[in-house]
Amino acid sequence: MTKTYSDLMREVRASVREVSPTEAELLGGTGVTLVDVRESTEWDEGHVPDAIHVPRGFLESRIEAAVPDRDAPVILYCAGGVRSALAARQLAELGYTDVVSMAGGFQQWKSEGRSWQRPFTLTPEQKQRYSRHLLIPEVGIEGQAKLLGSKVLLIGAGGLGSPAMLYLAAAGVGTIGVVDFDTVDLSNLQRQIVHSTERIGHKKTDSAAEAIRALNPDVRFVAHEEMLTDDNVERLITGYDVILDGTDTFETRYTLNDAAVRARIPVVHASVFRFEGQLTVFQPFEGPCYRCLYPTAPPPELAPGCSVAGVLGVVPGTMGLLQATEALKVLLGLGEPLIGRLLIYDALDSSFTELTLRRDPACPACGSGAAMGADAPARPLARPSVASGQTAGVS
Amino acid sequence: MPTVRIPPVLRTQAGGQKQLQILGTTVGEVIQALTSAHPALRDQLLTTDGTLNRFVNVFVNGSDVRYLQELETPVGDSDTLILLPAMAGGG
Repeated sequence: MTKTYSDLMREVRASVREVSPTEAELLGGTGVTLVDVRESTEWDEGHVPDAIHVPRGFLESRIEAAVPDRDAPVILYCAGGVRSALAARQLAELGYTDVVSMAGGFQQWKSEGRSWQRPFTLTPEQKQRYSRHLLIPEVGIEGQAKLLGSKVLLIGAGGLGSPAMLYLAAAGVGTIGVVDFDTVDLSNLQRQIVHSTERIGHKKTDSAAEAIRALNPDVRFVAHEEMLTDDNVERLITGYDVILDGTDTFETRYTLNDAAVRARIPVVHASVFRFEGQLTVFQPFEGPCYRCLYPTAPPPELAPGCSVAGVLGVVPGTMGLLQATEALKVLLGLGEPLIGRLLIYDALDSSFTELTLRRDPACPACGSGAAMGADAPARPLARPSVASGQTAGVS
Repeated sequence: MPTVRIPPVLRTQAGGQKQLQILGTTVGEVIQALTSAHPALRDQLLTTDGTLNRFVNVFVNGSDVRYLQELETPVGDSDTLILLPAMAGGG
């Protein structure tokens, strides 16, 4: 005898346990995973807070990533309770042992006055632009929403800042600020790929803004055409979530460090010399800061910048991209950012060496007796002596 | 013999060498032997008092000797010392 839809649903209802929205709400805070199995358009119009979205059409292929433990408690819901019941039976076949379906679905949940939320939505263009991010479960639409709402400040639109800002803009970081007072020079173009031959002589911030606009109109570009100093650093960094340090002088690096520690903003630090680069993440009060690592600056003759010593153009490219990668990890809360660790990249050996860094309890910036906790006044610390006449230019 | 990795910024003063095998059983002995063989390195690594300059970090097998026993940190034949001077280059 042919099985009808009614027959099938009778069978399903007999084998699947159902809970009411009231019971589902009570179970909500107890470690149970609430899975919305509706279509994306339905999800976009509103869903139960804290639910995850696994459309029924992708249930079998995606549930293992979403709920790896087959004995974990799961509540499925759809609009009215039919699709979730069918999905529950499917999960039982896959070996899930504690799956229930929410009777009445989202309609009943909502009509009984329970809280619900509308998810962050992307425009069709954004869905296409960021589709490779959306496909990664660890990023997805929530991650992309975070990036679009994030603010990253780059100190220097030079060799490190160029590749970093291009990729951060491509990734959809919503606000990109750039501090640089320099103009584009022909000798920059061997590595500073955000600029171009036709923009030689233009302000670097203008040149970078043009490139970023052309790459991704979602990005708000904020030009800070000034030199980072003790007097303006606090104003410049306020409101940013992450800072990328790509400056060419110790003076600027210490100024930035002290202000970022005070403001508790993480700094992704990189520096380059010829064929080599250093990279680390300074997360204030979680890991060491720049002063913990280098309490004093070396004499200028020991630490020439790129304009004196030269640099293989691709090396700041590599290091700048690693900075952008760390920034994205920090913004998305993914993986293990390079906090308390320093990476040395040797392009000639093709080697990465990792060193362990520690917070210095006696650090004047972030140590236990530091004069500047987060509440301390923005007063510059005595800076290690550096050569006079150095500027914060990024050559 | 312990291996000492010479950072690019100090290679000129170390005869262009990238890596050197230096005799010594402590960090201090290795640095002493290194600066005796390459005197131009002395001012860059050590203060006039003979302590390590604060703008150069020394790591033994990835750990900062400031949090071990500084110049007294013991080193074995298979250990690697990394000299890590501050670099400011922003590219």
